[in-house]
Amino acid sequence: MLPIQAMEALRSTVGTEWVRSARAELDTYASDGLPTHYSRPGSVVIPGCSGEISRVLRILAHFDIPFVARGAGTGLSGGALASEDAVLIVLTRLNRILELDPENRRAVVEPGVVNVALSTAAEPFGLHYAPDPSSQTSCTIGGNVAENAGGPHCLKYGVTSNHILELEVVLPDGEIVTLGSPGGEAWGPDLVGLFVGSEGMFGVATRITVRLTPLPKALHTVLADFDSLRAAGEAVTSIIASGIIPAALEMMDRNCVTIVEASMYRAGYPTDAAAVLLVELDGTDDDAVAAEGRHVEELLQSAGARTVRVAHDPKQREMLWQGRKKAFGALGRLSPDLMVQDAVVPRSALPDVLEQIDEIGKLHNLSICNVFHAGDGNLHPNISFDQANHDVVERVSQASEAIMQVCIEAGGTITGEHGVGIDKLRYMSLVFDPHTLAVMHSVRQAFDPRGLANPGKVLPNHANRATIQREAV
Amino acid sequence: MIADKIRSLIGEQGVVGVDARGATRVAPATDEECMLILRTASSEKWHVRIEGTGNWIQPDAPAEIAITTSRMTGVTDLNPPDLVASVRSGTNWEEVRTALANEGTWITLDPPGSTRSVGSIVACATAGPLRTGFGTVRDQLLGLTLITADGRQVKAGGKVVKNVAGYDLTKLVAGSYGAFGIITSVNIRLHAVPRADVTLIAHGHRDSLLGGARQILEAGITPAALELVSPAAAGHDTWLLAMRLIGSDEAVRAEQIAIAAVAPQLLLIPLEARDGANLWNTILAGVTEAPTTLRIGALSTSLTDVLDMVAHHLDENCDDWITANVLSGVVRWSGSATTERLRLLRGTAAQREMPVTLERSPWSVRSEMGHFGAYRDGIGRVIHLLRRSFDAQRTLVVPLGEDS
Repeated sequence: MLPIQAMEALRSTVGTEWVRSARAELDTYASDGLPTHYSRPGSVVIPGCSGEISRVLRILAHFDIPFVARGAGTGLSGGALASEDAVLIVLTRLNRILELDPENRRAVVEPGVVNVALSTAAEPFGLHYAPDPSSQTSCTIGGNVAENAGGPHCLKYGVTSNHILELEVVLPDGEIVTLGSPGGEAWGPDLVGLFVGSEGMFGVATRITVRLTPLPKALHTVLADFDSLRAAGEAVTSIIASGIIPAALEMMDRNCVTIVEASMYRAGYPTDAAAVLLVELDGTDDDAVAAEGRHVEELLQSAGARTVRVAHDPKQREMLWQGRKKAFGALGRLSPDLMVQDAVVPRSALPDVLEQIDEIGKLHNLSICNVFHAGDGNLHPNISFDQANHDVVERVSQASEAIMQVCIEAGGTITGEHGVGIDKLRYMSLVFDPHTLAVMHSVRQAFDPRGLANPGKVLPNHANRATIQREAV
Repeated sequence: MIADKIRSLIGEQGVVGVDARGATRVAPATDEECMLILRTASSEKWHVRIEGTGNWIQPDAPAEIAITTSRMTGVTDLNPPDLVASVRSGTNWEEVRTALANEGTWITLDPPGSTRSVGSIVACATAGPLRTGFGTVRDQLLGLTLITADGRQVKAGGKVVKNVAGYDLTKLVAGSYGAFGIITSVNIRLHAVPRADVTLIAHGHRDSLLGGARQILEAGITPAALELVSPAAAGHDTWLLAMRLIGSDEAVRAEQIAIAAVAPQLLLIPLEARDGANLWNTILAGVTEAPTTLRIGALSTSLTDVLDMVAHHLDENCDDWITANVLSGVVRWSGSATTERLRLLRGTAAQREMPVTLERSPWSVRSEMGHFGAYRDGIGRVIHLLRRSFDAQRTLVVPLGEDS
């Protein structure tokens, strides 16, 4: 139960209608895109501007109340969940595109702007915002900044951190500061680079300057199918090693293809293939992109592709992409719950790791579907399950841990774009030693000495931190 | 005696002399030796200067010991299929490029100073003209190992091309001028050597060239490099616009045609491959011929104003080394100027929200001005706390801000 005086101060700051405390209202915010975590916040505050956020954080600091900033709640790591002793600050009212500056290829937005809305606004100027997470029609730029979100086209254009130039941030004590500079040049050590991906634990980004990228004038989209995951994985390596950087290089395994093809999102993928690769090339000239496309087609065939299908018009391209883009929707129809995992391995390790993930699925009697960013080595093993069945939930947890272990042993890491949040907390000590975790803890204290911003995420809990610090000394 | 103490820690070969300022020069060969030295320096309250090859920032900061990375060298892992390499920080940049080229790979960075160490390039975040097409140093780093000032080993990031596990300490360290510790190795992202690499140039009036360059960008074309170069830096009597197109043969050819159509008035001349490479080398080599180099971060559309501002404050005779990266709006100046003039420039730029980073200069200048000068409101406190968490004793002599 939050202090009554604090709640009154919050209501007088943002208006009564923007503070939610009824249980049914709070339930709306008790989970994100990951079904395995649930936590009802103590209260929800929906401020309308950075000034209000500053005042809200000052009130919370005064009463020593933790807070969690939240965008659209599409995250997949439990990162935007708040506990009953904390306030959830929902940023969806800060949804204005403040400035479009096509001459400098940049835009200034509020954190609640939906990712795709920015690209839509920039399109008349021949520009777009390149990071394109699968949830781009609903996720917000603020959430993307917190998680350092990726997406299929990040292979060529980079992830969120490559596109953030300047940030206005409200620190946990309510002070408003600006990190970086309007053109993106650092103004001191790179605090923008540090802030992006800090999962809301350094403060709340309230004004975000992003880099815009010219829209490609030419596209070449290819679908190739393979008899084995290994051959598909080797095709990925040969394309990247050739010097061509596709705009996107996505893979789906047989389980995933079968489910997509059985759904309303059917895209015409061959269901008897062990894997399909979707390769998209882009550039400024049709002939040049087509020539690169022919080279890629040769590489795919050399790697053992059974068939290579080229999209000859926008409709065919859309069809080829439909299966990939709607794969999560199709998977979601199979069972009440879906665990979308996220890990990264070196590209050359993909064939071995995919085979091991298949074995893990068999061992735990679970069906695992892989649909992922192969060009980055960024895996998304998906497990359909029903939370009501506790035995299955336990097996999903064990399989997830085994998958993480395999990816780490292959030289990879536990998350490529979804973040650590709560879900990956238990794996942090597998990828970072005590010294490094202790330094991360002290870095956080520089922004948030009292630990009020999104506590309990990313870094192991207080007890573990104490251990870390002891071991590190 | 400091030297004796160091010898007792890491052996005779770890002490490589005493410099002209009386600092004991120490050359650890491993991370463990580096940790031992820093731990001791921190507890003994010795001040430490970090040195690479000494070819970028002058090795003139006053300190009891100078730790050089000269014995921490070599490409320790080169994986062409994954396009990732691990390099120890003392490795000479040119050696790295050669080792990568032998395996058909390259790193999309072209910082000034070919004899510098990798650690220097990362610590100072020195990008070159290729930042137009490929981004800056931070964008090519996958991870690094840092020994903090109190002797802890921190392993940031990893060896995979996408990674959001934990805070991005790699980005914090890159460009921090060694304020957080000694970088001992870095993991870098590679590319396959491009099939086509063409340099085009045009000479002319500064603002006409800038106008032509902006036409190219506004047409949605992004060359790999697009630099406006002062007469002194170009070795010519007029300004130079130099651009580099990189990719497949077809893509580069198409880009050349598109550029000629968009900005025909530029009368761009393609250079033979060797001439192109020589041109870029010549431009970059000129940076270190003067004692001070700085970088101004502006917007692309502000470049005319910034170049005027530089001319007004620093280059009245129009004979200094200057390049302007047209897409990013970053201007680099190299020359000789008093601290007072540099301060005036920084103050004027700050009013226009343009950071001025002192990349290299004699100690007398950088100790007064700091690499970054005054931070934006509220940021100084954060930087202070960050430094304290890596270097509570202020062992490392690094003047980051004016209050350093």
